Amino acid sequence: MTMNAITQVLVFFGVLLALVKPLGWYMARVFEGKPFGLDRFLGPVERSIYRLCGVRPTDEMDWKNYGMAMLLFSAAGFLFLYGLQRLQGLLPLNPANLGAVPPDLAFSTAASFVTNTNWQAYGGETTLSYLAQMLGLTVQNFVSAATGMAVLVALIRGLSRNTSRTLGNFWSDLVRSTLYILLPLALILSVLLVSQGVVQTVADYHMVTPLQQGRPDTTPAMEIEQIAVGPAASQIAIKQLGTNGGGFFNANSAHPFENPTPLSNFLEVLAILLIPASLCYTFGMMVGDTRQGWVLLAAMTILLLCFVPLGLWAEQSGNPILTHAGVNQQAQVDQAGGNMEGKETRFGITGSVLWSAVTTAASNGAVNSMHDSYTPLGGIVPMILMQFGEVVFGGVGSSLYGMIVFAIIAVFVAGLMVGRTPEYLGKKIEPYDMKMAALLILIMPIVVLGFTALAISTESGRSSILNPGPHGFSEILYAYTSQGNNNGSAFAGLNANTPFYNLTGGIAMLISRFWLVIPLLALAGSLARKKLVPVGPGTLPTHTPLFVVLLIGVVVMVGALTFLPALALGPIVEELIMGGQ
Amino acid sequence: MKDHIRPALTMLLLLTVLTGLIYPLAVTGLVQVFFQDQANGSLIVREGKVVGSKLIGQYFEKPEYFWGRPSATAPFPYNAAASGGSNLGPTNPVLLEAVKTRVAALRAVDPGNDLTIPVDLVTASGSGLDPHISPAAAQYQIRRVARIRGIDEAVVRDLVVQHIHGRQLGFLGEPRVNVLLLNLALNEKR
Repeated sequence: MTMNAITQVLVFFGVLLALVKPLGWYMARVFEGKPFGLDRFLGPVERSIYRLCGVRPTDEMDWKNYGMAMLLFSAAGFLFLYGLQRLQGLLPLNPANLGAVPPDLAFSTAASFVTNTNWQAYGGETTLSYLAQMLGLTVQNFVSAATGMAVLVALIRGLSRNTSRTLGNFWSDLVRSTLYILLPLALILSVLLVSQGVVQTVADYHMVTPLQQGRPDTTPAMEIEQIAVGPAASQIAIKQLGTNGGGFFNANSAHPFENPTPLSNFLEVLAILLIPASLCYTFGMMVGDTRQGWVLLAAMTILLLCFVPLGLWAEQSGNPILTHAGVNQQAQVDQAGGNMEGKETRFGITGSVLWSAVTTAASNGAVNSMHDSYTPLGGIVPMILMQFGEVVFGGVGSSLYGMIVFAIIAVFVAGLMVGRTPEYLGKKIEPYDMKMAALLILIMPIVVLGFTALAISTESGRSSILNPGPHGFSEILYAYTSQGNNNGSAFAGLNANTPFYNLTGGIAMLISRFWLVIPLLALAGSLARKKLVPVGPGTLPTHTPLFVVLLIGVVVMVGALTFLPALALGPIVEELIMGGQ
Repeated sequence: MKDHIRPALTMLLLLTVLTGLIYPLAVTGLVQVFFQDQANGSLIVREGKVVGSKLIGQYFEKPEYFWGRPSATAPFPYNAAASGGSNLGPTNPVLLEAVKTRVAALRAVDPGNDLTIPVDLVTASGSGLDPHISPAAAQYQIRRVARIRGIDEAVVRDLVVQHIHGRQLGFLGEPRVNVLLLNLALNEKR
């Protein structure tokens, strides 16, 4: 690693951790209904939304009602987004005259955005109209993230309330997350991004006369070229903040109009982790002990910091096969060097690798370089970070509820060792709670490995592979890992826009979002009903460095035991092949 | 369940108006006032004609121009209406062949150049529209461009040095050269 790489990584984590407390505090105020300033200006908007919808924000819901409201709202969003894509050809704001999106692709895209995955089987500028991007994708970027936060808050209430049947009001949590947290942050970020050169216009694509005329490989008609633009900044801001990740353009954040400068890159990568990291502090505040939040954040940060250097080293070392072909991949004053296939010059190795780790640690999935072209060990980093179940920062809301489940499993494991009933935050963890926690841990690997096995054993699965050998297997494993964890990044060589992948992937995304929410809310409901018991001599303290170690151990054990065999067939074999050449 | 249907539909409608219409249009209005040039694509205008964008690379393969990164966009390189990378894996023989062909092409137009070939000059960018190359990649091409244009190498070198963009804020990203701007300056030199 170069000195500059270390500086860039450290500054990034420094700025991120400095923002955790203020934003975490602010979000806790929002969810606890205490005054926080912005409510004085936007309060009337919030109240008129409730009035028009006919809901009372103070009506408390039990876990079944909360879940039902959430599922119905997501179903409505899904149908609307599907319909919008199918009808975009007849609707306005379609300067490139794009036709209806085919049914299987529209299904995959709708599932992808409602589940906060943002898997990109579509190619932004060649598939979707401005209207579909704005009314469909941007909206789901907001509300799917807000839904994640709502579910998290419900779980936190389950942990902090004493013998309560209810978990809060879904509509109020949804509206407050959107109005007071996501919208203001997105507004600030979009303006900052435009200042760096991200486009934001509803005008037509530009026609330009390229400098070099008379190219031998094109017909005279190509002397004029088209440059795609659009209302990109507003969508990119929320795609990052809401850990969504679906690009406005096909190349996602590698596209210079989505991510024009190293500073825009820094802001975007910061925005990915900003809310998931700060929510840890929010959690601590809401359960009345901020140390509990810092413990979870410490575990996440340590896990991520272990993997970033591995990626940096692998990518900076470059591709030995190209060295034999006479290519200079050394890091020098005048070049970044390393494995530059699929990477942008302005980001080089550091900006690309840091992003690839962050985007997969969080369930964001936006890319600023093509992960498919990474070296095997460079590519294993994003894959493993997703296979931990998106609990290392993870999605907005969804990560922390995953991490809390791992914390419950950690106290259970510790309880087994000493033979006592485990407790977490004053709640006794009983067989019903453990069943729900175990379900939560098991659903994801079943979806990921099951669909990978199906794809690799059928012709329709294998025919989409771009790269031969073990790398082709990695492409498929990566695809279902990403969709089964609602991440959305891809080894994009895999042709995912086929009926087979659109259907199986869409199902994987829906299962891993909505099937998980049901046991999760059931767990929250069960925890809420319990009495808060005082700390006893046999209670395992969950705010200590020891617990951080235990928690990391549980996350790594579960992830490694589940996925190492599959990883051995893909990236690990490929690394051995590459090293042997 | 029935109690939730009306709120679900109305809520979706209202949040769609708020986040899907008001928000993007508000951002558009705001930046069209404060950052008009950037919001519209950082266009470069010469003699009343739009010749490109500072941020979007263009395809150069004539030897009198500096070449940019190879581009994998379809159906032709640097297609700014269909961005994308090659997605070729590191052990894919197709990647090795492509790199060998590019190395051979660079050697063929500039016989006798014994500098090593910088990796960014023979590997496709992620977007296919990368406007930049590394200073090393520009350095490599100075001799050829000067020879074919019949200008002094020192003049071309000066121009390249002027176009080197350092790390942002001193530590972010990588040093780079904007190929389109460099080639425009080169043309204006005559």
